[in-house]
Amino acid sequence: MSSINQYIDLYLQHADLLNQGSHPLINAHRAAALSGLQTHGLPSRKDERYKYTDIDKALAPDYGLNLQRLSIPFSTRYQCRVPGMRSRLYHVVDDTLAGGDILDTPQIFVGPLTLFAERYPEKFKKYYDSESESGKSNALARLNTMLVQNGIVVFVAKGYKESDLLQFINLSAGGVPMLTNRRQLIILESGAEATILACNHSGSQIDHLTNEVVEVWQEEGSKLQYYTIDDTVASDSILNTTHIVQSAGSRLEYASITLSGGLARREVDIYLRGADASVQASGFVVGDGEQHVDNNLLVVHDAPACQSDVLYKYILDGQAVGAFAGKVYVSPGAEQTDSQETNANMCMSPEARMYTQPMLEIYADDVKCNHGSTVGQFNDNALFYMNQRGISPEDGRKLLQQAFAWDVIERIPLLPLRQRLMRMVESRFRLADSCNDCGICISKV
Amino acid sequence: MLEIQNLHASVEGKEILKGINLHINPGEVHALMGPNGSGKSTLSNVLVGNPLYTVTQGTITFKGKDLLAMPAERRSHEGIFMSFQQPVEIPGVSMNSFLRAAVNAKRKYMGQPPISGAEFLKLIKEKRQLVGLDDSFTRRGVNEGFSGGERKRNEIFQMAVLEPVLTILDETDSGLDVDALRIVAEGFNKLRTPQSSAICITHYQRMLDYLRPDVVHVMLNGCIVKTGGPELANRIEEEGFDWLKNVEN
Repeated sequence: MSSINQYIDLYLQHADLLNQGSHPLINAHRAAALSGLQTHGLPSRKDERYKYTDIDKALAPDYGLNLQRLSIPFSTRYQCRVPGMRSRLYHVVDDTLAGGDILDTPQIFVGPLTLFAERYPEKFKKYYDSESESGKSNALARLNTMLVQNGIVVFVAKGYKESDLLQFINLSAGGVPMLTNRRQLIILESGAEATILACNHSGSQIDHLTNEVVEVWQEEGSKLQYYTIDDTVASDSILNTTHIVQSAGSRLEYASITLSGGLARREVDIYLRGADASVQASGFVVGDGEQHVDNNLLVVHDAPACQSDVLYKYILDGQAVGAFAGKVYVSPGAEQTDSQETNANMCMSPEARMYTQPMLEIYADDVKCNHGSTVGQFNDNALFYMNQRGISPEDGRKLLQQAFAWDVIERIPLLPLRQRLMRMVESRFRLADSCNDCGICISKV
Repeated sequence: MLEIQNLHASVEGKEILKGINLHINPGEVHALMGPNGSGKSTLSNVLVGNPLYTVTQGTITFKGKDLLAMPAERRSHEGIFMSFQQPVEIPGVSMNSFLRAAVNAKRKYMGQPPISGAEFLKLIKEKRQLVGLDDSFTRRGVNEGFSGGERKRNEIFQMAVLEPVLTILDETDSGLDVDALRIVAEGFNKLRTPQSSAICITHYQRMLDYLRPDVVHVMLNGCIVKTGGPELANRIEEEGFDWLKNVEN
């Protein structure tokens, strides 16, 4: 029996409670999501995009949901400051904004999903879940829509440029195994700019699954930098569905960095719908133990003269499993598309496994596209060269790992953030205290 | 300082060195000549502990210690340095972080604290001037995009930083033009001390004109077949190696 049934049953039994803890505009979408789940169920590993991760198994444990909106204590010692950058820090416990100043001005809104629905119902209706009925919504997004109670909204009004880093520290918490359905809605009106960093950390070592949906709307000429970091414990899993729509001339720098955790799967769809939109999508994964990290990317060039540049790198050790599937789809009429996609991977142990699948589908004539992937091990000549200079094989491997990571990290334009991320990666390789000023996570376990 | 006795070594099961005996005193420069395939580079790789080479027989004693029992990095800490025939490119690892890791590894071995940032910068500034490398080069990846000449100068620069007691120059002159050769050789000469020794593998007299070796050895087919003074190198320059093959027979 499919594991989705337990969530459907839970919804049918507790819909009232769910609705009470949320907002009517959020509640209004539940029925369609339920119906979609009842009709289509969960994808299986026979489905192309789910070949590498068993969704049914991920949802099988008997997770609880915080339907009654019980307040969960959390510690603000998780600071994760980025030195040298002005930032606004928000703590999000599961799906609830628990710390940080809500911004609610004509230029910018940063706050809970329910408050945004209350304050700006028309905007909410325009953007929230607005592509789910077009058939693009997947089962995990439906599950989220059926059960979600809250989340975060970043709205930046036309022409406003937010210069502070908006930093969200997402903590998975709870004293029992929990499923969190978190929603993020990011809207940049034309010409707006914002930089967002979402760090996922563990608040406990109890099994936790976060089923997160991120919807990003970028209107004409907007610029968004959006970075996400997983630095959690092995009992923490994340299933993320990200849906990004970019209008003409918009710019997106997206990066997802997975340093530690259990299962992490991200399905990121980026639609370039207006001419001269561009996206740079980057990913870096360090996996060991029994980590399972699956990044599934779709970039759709729906308009002419758009650019996409995808670079994902994995370093896998132990029995870790990595998967990368990236499809670049060039629609008819998307002439002068400029696209490149690279996936490079290192398997450090005989048991580590990497599955890689770069794909290109082109239905336009005048395009420049390339894609490729590599899987390898470290260059023995380079290692010996280092040994001869007195650097031990262990330290030599760490230097090579950091160098491998640097390609991805150096794509991040903001120097303080780049340095901060590099330090986190270096600490991850050292397996020392990964982040002294924030007290996270895996290295202390 | 270095004592090699009856050394046999093989690579991929094929015996290359067939009984090498060599004695080097502190302060001496030994030239090692011989045609391609005679085993010169194998000998240098065995000395630095390259895992691709297997010693099947014989002993090597360095400063009274059993060299063959040490892993490659420890041989380096003990003061053996090889200037590679083909220095390896390591994209993404900057020369600065590479050298600092090397310096600190040695200091740790010697029981010293890690070098401070300021001290390190001072050290590399002083040493890179010896071989005429500019400031930007230490921020680049190790040998990344370096020309042949830059790579060889970089080898001597690293030697200057690590201050070895035994340097092996493995065809450091190959691929160098006349000016680069002079810079490299002069850099090496400035670094010599009465206690430091070197083995210089070369095909050409020109390098030896600069280095002025004390002893010249000729290798053929995995053995040292002739040892002499600098005049031996002159004769090889004039007559090649064929006359030695006759001697061997």
